Amino acid sequence: MHKFFNSILLSIILVLTSVYGFSQGLTKDQLKQTGDYMYAGAYRQLPLPYAYSALEPYIDAATMEIHYSRHHAAYTSNLNKAVEGQPWSSTPLFDLFMEIEKYPMAVRNNGGGYYNHLLFWQLMKPGGGGLPTGKLSKAIDETFGSFEKFQSEFNSNASSQFGSGWAWLSVNAEGKLFVSSTANQDNPLMSIAKNRGIPVLCIDVWEHAYYLKYQNKRTDYVKAFWSVINWDEVSRRYEEAIKAVRK
Amino acid sequence: MTHQLPSLPWAPDALEPHISSKTIEFHYGKHHQAYVTNLNNLIPGTPFENATLEEIVKKAEGGIYNNGAQVWNHTFYWNCLSPNGGGEPTGKLAEAIKAQFGSFETFKEKFSAAAATLFGSGWAWLVKNAEGKLEIIQESNAGNPMRQGKTPILTCDVWEHAYYIDKKNLRPAYITAFWNLVDWKAAGSRF
Repeated sequence: MHKFFNSILLSIILVLTSVYGFSQGLTKDQLKQTGDYMYAGAYRQLPLPYAYSALEPYIDAATMEIHYSRHHAAYTSNLNKAVEGQPWSSTPLFDLFMEIEKYPMAVRNNGGGYYNHLLFWQLMKPGGGGLPTGKLSKAIDETFGSFEKFQSEFNSNASSQFGSGWAWLSVNAEGKLFVSSTANQDNPLMSIAKNRGIPVLCIDVWEHAYYLKYQNKRTDYVKAFWSVINWDEVSRRYEEAIKAVRK
Repeated sequence: MTHQLPSLPWAPDALEPHISSKTIEFHYGKHHQAYVTNLNNLIPGTPFENATLEEIVKKAEGGIYNNGAQVWNHTFYWNCLSPNGGGEPTGKLAEAIKAQFGSFETFKEKFSAAAATLFGSGWAWLVKNAEGKLEIIQESNAGNPMRQGKTPILTCDVWEHAYYIDKKNLRPAYITAFWNLVDWKAAGSRF
């Protein structure tokens, strides 16, 4: 009888630990529910969904061309080199992110560089900007108080990330929105991220993202970014992320 | 104490064609200046209010460290470059490079690789360690080797702002250009 209660107690502790553990981060089962879980080996850039010049005057054509055809292309080919012939050559990229400390730095740097840019291009469009609507708009108001407060927190993360990096709006494992920033090509999906979640909006604040047009004035670039955000896509990703973490 | 932006040791167009005057105009006039301004805004009311720049580089953390080290690093970088630079070191530094790396060419290759592969923003350094030996090290963002008790001999800034106007994504082309400007006499005197 004593043994029986002990094993019950042990099971309760194990369940609590795993539930608590899950609440600290994302699970593979959650990420499997997202469309981007499909990226797994033989990495390719998706076609840019608009012309290089389409985001003018906010982001100039020369920047878009070099950013997509040089920087993003280099991350893509270096990621393929980092996985080729390895046991993880066809492991889903999100699964690599989930245990990123177990892989060589080339996987972390180029895997992040590949995915972050792929996401970034989809979150912008010509004639974008304005305000989010629907469930996302409601969640932003609930989490941050107002759209303006969210905007100011996002801008401050983007402006104060020292050196190269990204700022993010993500959904955490409890379905809550949060803003964060990461260095270099890290992202909130990675096990090493301080704040983990599924990203739904991001801005690249490496100098290569804005130097040709804005030079040292990162804050002007961050301000211009709001005029090209594709809120339909951000909303779609928000609703997908919410469904995934509630699974 | 109020930190000042030191003057450049040469005219802004003096490093042409290897580094353009436009790059220097932004790099020195905007970036370096901003680090000085930020530092002066951050230190009042902190233990670093009256500290020397070197003390800040060695002991501060966070924003004071980032801005202070970037002030120091940039001043050091300008003094590593000269319109009459390039070529090879002479004297004791030349001997030490040969002893440590086998040849000047091998050193140059290793330093270039360190500068090219530093991921993100940062600096490549040639330093003298506590045992008096030369080392090549990579530092991210504002990283400075004096934190580890090492003496800086030479540096190459590989933040994208150091080369993006001139070379865009081609960091290795900037590193090639950098070798034409290295002031070996100044580097030798630090060693």
